[in-house]
Amino acid sequence: MQTVTADITAHIAHLANLPLTPDQIEKYAPQLNSVLEYTQQASMLSTDGVAETSQVTGLENILREDVVERSRMFTQEEALSNAHRTHNGYFVVPALLQE
Amino acid sequence: MLLDLSLSELAKGLREHRFSSVDLVNECYDQIEKLNGTLNALITIIPKEEALASAQKADKELTPDASPLFGLPYVLKDSYVTKGIKTTAASNVLKDFIPQFDATVYTKLQQSGAILIGKANMDAWGHGASAENSDFGPVKNPWDDTRVSGGSTGGCAVAIATRMCAFAIGEDTGGSIRNPSAWCGTTGLKVTYGRVSRFGCIAYASSFDTVGPMAKLAEDCAIVLQAIAGVDPFDASSSPQPVEIYNDQLKSRKKLRIGIAKETLQEGVDTEIVTAVELAKETFKSMGHEIIELSMPLLDFGVAVYYQIAPSETSSNLARYDGVRFGGGRDLFTDENKRRIMIGTYALSTGYADKFYHNAQKARTLFIKEYEKAFSKCDVLLLPVTPFHAPRLGELINEPLKNALADRFTTTQNPVGIPSLALPAGFSSEGLPIGVQLTGPMFSEHILFQLAQQFQEKTDYHQRKPKGIE
Repeated sequence: MQTVTADITAHIAHLANLPLTPDQIEKYAPQLNSVLEYTQQASMLSTDGVAETSQVTGLENILREDVVERSRMFTQEEALSNAHRTHNGYFVVPALLQE
Repeated sequence: MLLDLSLSELAKGLREHRFSSVDLVNECYDQIEKLNGTLNALITIIPKEEALASAQKADKELTPDASPLFGLPYVLKDSYVTKGIKTTAASNVLKDFIPQFDATVYTKLQQSGAILIGKANMDAWGHGASAENSDFGPVKNPWDDTRVSGGSTGGCAVAIATRMCAFAIGEDTGGSIRNPSAWCGTTGLKVTYGRVSRFGCIAYASSFDTVGPMAKLAEDCAIVLQAIAGVDPFDASSSPQPVEIYNDQLKSRKKLRIGIAKETLQEGVDTEIVTAVELAKETFKSMGHEIIELSMPLLDFGVAVYYQIAPSETSSNLARYDGVRFGGGRDLFTDENKRRIMIGTYALSTGYADKFYHNAQKARTLFIKEYEKAFSKCDVLLLPVTPFHAPRLGELINEPLKNALADRFTTTQNPVGIPSLALPAGFSSEGLPIGVQLTGPMFSEHILFQLAQQFQEKTDYHQRKPKGIE
């Protein structure tokens, strides 16, 4: 298997939106490598032609009436109650576009 | 101590006015004051006056037909949201999060009249097998406080073992209820997937996560499961399958076939743990149950498959924590959280998803077939919970792989969805508890309770207490 290098670790951290320090990248790379290498044992199983299982309930298409469920609605005050930054009753989000 | 009594004895005692709910709550707070500073089992403690007010109310309002949990003090793992009560998942990301709604399991317990007295410490986001990976400090083992409690639901198991509560609610994704139950000498059930609503349970790996009872006895777990099981319109994956009347089933003494897979007693398993399983086997045999020896070679791949699927799901579930609507920033995740998020991100990434994630989902189908085959020959499987005894603090925290291998016998049930009950079955030469588990087919909780109850009638491991719990 491809070894998880510091570069790959930095790339994965970027994909996962995790801000890592150079020290953390150096520390995590061999740790990720050992876990991923271990999990590679799973490739020894013969899975050709086997269907995937993504859930085990046997249920499908659980629907409910298309009505407003007031019991589960937050007031605006409740919705904002845990936000660290709000403005005029809105959440303040980090800017996506740079000037 | 009053809290040495089983839940049914406690319920009876309250009805006969031999003691009051106030007495029980006081006893819990005495234990919390004495021990929580050292063992670190609880992150949030409900103010004593509030719990006592609830207890006084319960003492006044108790009726003969009230729920058996009425007036009994309990603890929730801090992964269940509770309106107005801080809920952290043991992570600094949520260190000041005050939920605006209640988890269904909490709603049901409030309706039963049970009294919440605390939110229990755990591995942050459920990531761990030792309850050391907590931003609120490690949970320590009451049998030897230089050792870990097990995890991720360590705080709940410690709270039960030290009588800080009468019962607790844990969460099991790959052993998180069973592992600390084994290492702390308590009983805990990983339920069938969908048996209990996950609504309001902070997700680790959604297709593996289960909400389950923890207590001193299997009979206690049956009483708690009765109160929390059932379909929930707020969780579309909860099962419409009718809930058994567990108490009726407990008394059945039907002869069963108990399977033992030779792979679970092979190299790498502590000899004292192997001996405990052998002794449990003899105990069941002496009750007239039949022992079936079998082979389940796929079990050896449990951790490998688990560590591809669970991190994949957690990388997706934890992606929502961006610090905008609630909680802090992503820099606040622990090392283990970041590692699991990155393993999952890697396993799902372009070029690797087929090799890792999709292959593991196929392996999951193979596990289902492996268990189906086993259950065509036996009714229940008996196996160890952990391959080794509770390690010393610090031994697992920087060894991600060893941490993972602690889950060797608890990771195959979750991908399949089947229930598994961990119960005390012995002690090591150093006096550390040993657990065994009984695993059955989907929705066989009543059979697991039945067998465990018979075992607990014949043995006294579940009655022993750590030193100083008087």
